Amino acid sequence: MALDKQTTAKREFKVVGTRPLRPDGVDKVTGKALYGADLTAPGMLVGKILRSPHPHARIRSIDTSAAEAAPGVKAVITHADFTLPDDEDMRDILVNCMAFNKALYDGHAVAAVAAISEAAAKAALKLIKVDYEVLPHVTDVDEAMKPDAPVIERGRQAETVGEGFSENVTSYCEFGHGDIEAGFTRADHVIERSFKTEATHQGYIEPHACLATFTTDGKADLWCCTQGQYMVRRVCSAIMDMEASQLRVTPSEIGGGFGGKTTVFIEPVALMLAKKSGRPVKIVMSRSDVLRASGPTCSSSMDVRIGMTKDGRITAGHAKLRYQGGAFPCGTVEMGAMAAFAAYDLEAVRTQGWNAMTNRPKQAAYRAPGAPMAIYAVESVVDELCQHLGLDPLDVRLKNAAKAGTKASYGVTFTDIGLSACLAAAKAHPHYAAPLGPGQGRGVSCGFWFNFGGDTCVTLNVNMDGTVSVTEGNPDIGGSRASIGMMAAEELGVPFDKVRTQVVDTASLGYNEVTDGSRVTFAVGLATIKAAQAAKAEMCRRAAMIWGIDAEAVTWEDGCAKPSGPNAGDFPPMTLAEIAAVSSQTGGPIAGHHEVNADGAGVSFGVHLVDVEVDPETGATKVLRYTVFQDAGKAVHPDYVEGQMQGGAVQGIGWALNEEYIYGEDGRLQNAGFLDYRVPVASDLPMIDTVILEIPNPGHPYGVRGVGETSIVPPLAAIANAVSRAAGVRLTELPMSPPRILAALDAARPKAAAE
Amino acid sequence: MSRIHVTTSVNGDEVDFLCEPDETLLDALRNRLGLTGSKEGCGTGDCGACSVTLDGRLVCSCLVLAAEAEGREIATIEGMAEGEALHPLQKKFIEHAALQCGVCTPGILVATKALLEKNPDPSETEVRYWLAGNLCRCTGYDKIIRAVMDAAAELRRA
Amino acid sequence: MRFEVAASVAEAVRMLAAEPGTTRVLAGGTDVLVQLRSGLVEPDLVVDIKRIDGMREIRAEDGGFRIGAAVSGAELGEDAGVRALWPGVVEGMELIGSTQVQGRATLAGNLCNASPAADSVPAMVAADAVARVAGPAGERDVPVAQIPAGPGKTTLAKGEFIVSIFLPARPAGSADAYLRFIPRTEMDIAVCSAGVSLTIGGDGTCTAARVALGAVAPTVLLVPDAAAALIGSKLDDAALDALAAACSAAAKPIDDKRGTVAFRKKVAGVLARRAAVIAAERARG
Repeated sequence: MALDKQTTAKREFKVVGTRPLRPDGVDKVTGKALYGADLTAPGMLVGKILRSPHPHARIRSIDTSAAEAAPGVKAVITHADFTLPDDEDMRDILVNCMAFNKALYDGHAVAAVAAISEAAAKAALKLIKVDYEVLPHVTDVDEAMKPDAPVIERGRQAETVGEGFSENVTSYCEFGHGDIEAGFTRADHVIERSFKTEATHQGYIEPHACLATFTTDGKADLWCCTQGQYMVRRVCSAIMDMEASQLRVTPSEIGGGFGGKTTVFIEPVALMLAKKSGRPVKIVMSRSDVLRASGPTCSSSMDVRIGMTKDGRITAGHAKLRYQGGAFPCGTVEMGAMAAFAAYDLEAVRTQGWNAMTNRPKQAAYRAPGAPMAIYAVESVVDELCQHLGLDPLDVRLKNAAKAGTKASYGVTFTDIGLSACLAAAKAHPHYAAPLGPGQGRGVSCGFWFNFGGDTCVTLNVNMDGTVSVTEGNPDIGGSRASIGMMAAEELGVPFDKVRTQVVDTASLGYNEVTDGSRVTFAVGLATIKAAQAAKAEMCRRAAMIWGIDAEAVTWEDGCAKPSGPNAGDFPPMTLAEIAAVSSQTGGPIAGHHEVNADGAGVSFGVHLVDVEVDPETGATKVLRYTVFQDAGKAVHPDYVEGQMQGGAVQGIGWALNEEYIYGEDGRLQNAGFLDYRVPVASDLPMIDTVILEIPNPGHPYGVRGVGETSIVPPLAAIANAVSRAAGVRLTELPMSPPRILAALDAARPKAAAE
Repeated sequence: MSRIHVTTSVNGDEVDFLCEPDETLLDALRNRLGLTGSKEGCGTGDCGACSVTLDGRLVCSCLVLAAEAEGREIATIEGMAEGEALHPLQKKFIEHAALQCGVCTPGILVATKALLEKNPDPSETEVRYWLAGNLCRCTGYDKIIRAVMDAAAELRRA
Repeated sequence: MRFEVAASVAEAVRMLAAEPGTTRVLAGGTDVLVQLRSGLVEPDLVVDIKRIDGMREIRAEDGGFRIGAAVSGAELGEDAGVRALWPGVVEGMELIGSTQVQGRATLAGNLCNASPAADSVPAMVAADAVARVAGPAGERDVPVAQIPAGPGKTTLAKGEFIVSIFLPARPAGSADAYLRFIPRTEMDIAVCSAGVSLTIGGDGTCTAARVALGAVAPTVLLVPDAAAALIGSKLDDAALDALAAACSAAAKPIDDKRGTVAFRKKVAGVLARRAAVIAAERARG
């Protein structure tokens, strides 16, 4: 694809880079915005799902007769109502939405009812009799990999896995280059450490919710909170065995996703209940359902070995990553293995990854999926080497930083990237020079995310009153309606308030990939700019027609068509509004389209600095100061770039300190609520300072890079490094909850102090 | 279960509805009265998305029975703006980009309004502790705190 | 489930006694509603006591305060008199849940929920607070420490409920404090906690003390050895160390999702020591 690299240099922007008010603001501050659970339909039923109390059990039979006969019940469904699709991924999604022969984790759906009221639906669930044969279970990744572990499902292991593992290990991957053993020999010091991280949850405040209707002629409508209406249509039409065109999916306003709404959990169930009952069915997950049965992250177990010379040059790096992503095969470890050493320019590097199945819910994406834990382990060992060798952690990172031309450990060669700029900005920032008090420590970490592009389709209509409607297909999770509209306004040369951007249903545009991979501002922005360029070309043609000159003799400047030079003719410029007003006389409506599988997303780097204080008597950690440095390529709306940097940092703080999935010996989730799944609250935090760097992405006309994900990556190691320095003892397990920190402190204290 | 007839005041309007004895005020507001601005994020009083005031006191409407509302005065996010005129807090939240997904926003606005009525000049720490029961997962709270402090300053000037 | 609003104590007792099934008294509802909605309890009858005269009142009585069973944490915190006399009880109550929860939650409800980790209870036990219980046989006064029988269980009989909590008068030079440990700064259940109430004589010697620990046993634990470590001392480091050691020794916690045995035993002592220092500062004025 020919991209406009030349336009990225020193371009003066009029709209991009400003901070207009968000177009969805008023709806959201007045309570008018409609989310997944906010819609009702005439005759609507309440759908409720029965979930397995066992982490692993064969389902011998399900008797739904009493529930079906209960008052107010209009439909009861089990796996028997579905047919397994041929496609393996679709099959896994369906089996995750409704257990077939086995319940695979605590909370796995086994049946569902639709009834005239909440009470009737609840009562009916109690009447469903499931005959379970309870099986041995496993929830820990290391346990699941042992040859004698209970096997979740046979026949899912890839040939590359090799010998010595249980059948739960589904895949193996490997990346790197150079001779690592030779590299370790060259090192003055080598440190090898093992790490564990627990699973966390995206923790979006809006639980999954949907409203399905099905008509007798096979057409269906689905309203749901999702990061991708087209994904929902693709998956649900496959599961329901219907043509994609017959299912229209409309995305609601979305109450947070962070990757967790890039798949389906309840939508096929609602559709089947609607089909069977002939009535609209709404399903809203409870918070407990969300934590037990949506898609948390992988948990991990990792070994990292790094060698360094006395002057801070990394000679070799080796990481072994073991992830579990629940009861189905999961490819996330591959992203961890690719990302682990991405920040470094290394002669010798090797990363290996294994995925294991466990009796846990099916993993879903969470902001830079797979990267935070791998980079946490690497950045922890780098920090310990700096401590051991008495080196400045930012200097060491600057010395080894990946830059344009670096061959990354995962094979690509980087173009222009912003890592060194972030590191240098951190080094120069007053935060880095600020004094620390007793019991306090400062931590540093780099972060990285690949960023994606993908299938994108945008339509831009120039309305006859001179306003512009942009139609796009990606739910707005971070302010994208603003940033997309700003890029349209920039390209067309009109004020931002003349442009309105709408996120539309699946019937209104071609396929758009899910809002994920930090792709929207990049890819939808790119398509919007191209659509605007198409509309400009058409408007130039219309002006040429009016003026009676060649279309090639007309250019677009500052929102107007103009003759391209004195030789083209002497006509006063025509504004977009003037051209639009007479469009009916010049050939009809004016629109621009662009369809693309966008490439060139441009990788993203960030650096975080954090100061903490550890209470040596209780192990409590207080975050005192936090600064985020990140390369945005070009910050389209700086407020929302800052918002991504701050939000991701705080999610990472939660992951580092308190958030975790806690399974009991019985394999059941013990903290399925916001009381004990502890996301950071306002009083836990300081202000989160931000520094935006702008190193243009050569793959985007305005230099834009995705900014959504990188920010969750550095906090894990930044906090771990700060805590380890403050406490004087290295922490290697997340979360660093107070009991873990206190135990580490007590173990490290001289015996006398313990008396 | 027989339903209970409740007459109450919501945002200054007298309303009535029939509810189940175990129905929450949140469900009644959303499902009986069509006021879906209050959100259910947890149903256990841990997230604050359902915040309303009951006789002027900030509460989680998911932890109040609808039947308890008889004869009381309830205020929700839907009553915060006066016609087309946004409350200064609402304006400041938009100006400071203090919201992203927006699902926690109604609860935070209701909670903040209650704070500023009680304490017109709160410190940053007081704001953070007052809002500790309002979870936001998008913003990291930074811009929310800035918006609240700025709105408080503007209200003090007014 | 039936929902009834009682107009008087007698009516509430009658309703609760007459119902053969499961009953719940509704004051603030911040525990009852969570249990109701999770299906943990399915009461046949819920009786709202908030509209009974006096339930939402704080009354001065014999130099102390009588706090109605439906007085919320927010209302308690706004009462300057109670705050001055029993600051530890007020701070314990105010730590429960969020601002929103404070708008509803009550001392009596926190006590009757019978959680070993209830934040207001260690301070009330340290304060030797007394619950007034109404029931079919009339009213009786019961020390707060005797109300919880174990996690989720109380010693209240069928038809009985708490109508008020009495916080007694105390000599000059007295104060109390309550501290809990939680992983975040707010919104958590106490991993362990300590309430300390003490009196300091004119010469700086501690003349009386009560120390109670939360979340380290099935019910809140009064630790006489810890109090003994303070009484007669000038609250010097040796006394405080002895207090902390007595608390750690007395604690009989369990390992669970919120903390370990080792953590709770150690931190119970740390908190008791810190609470004693705060209480002493308050007592010295």
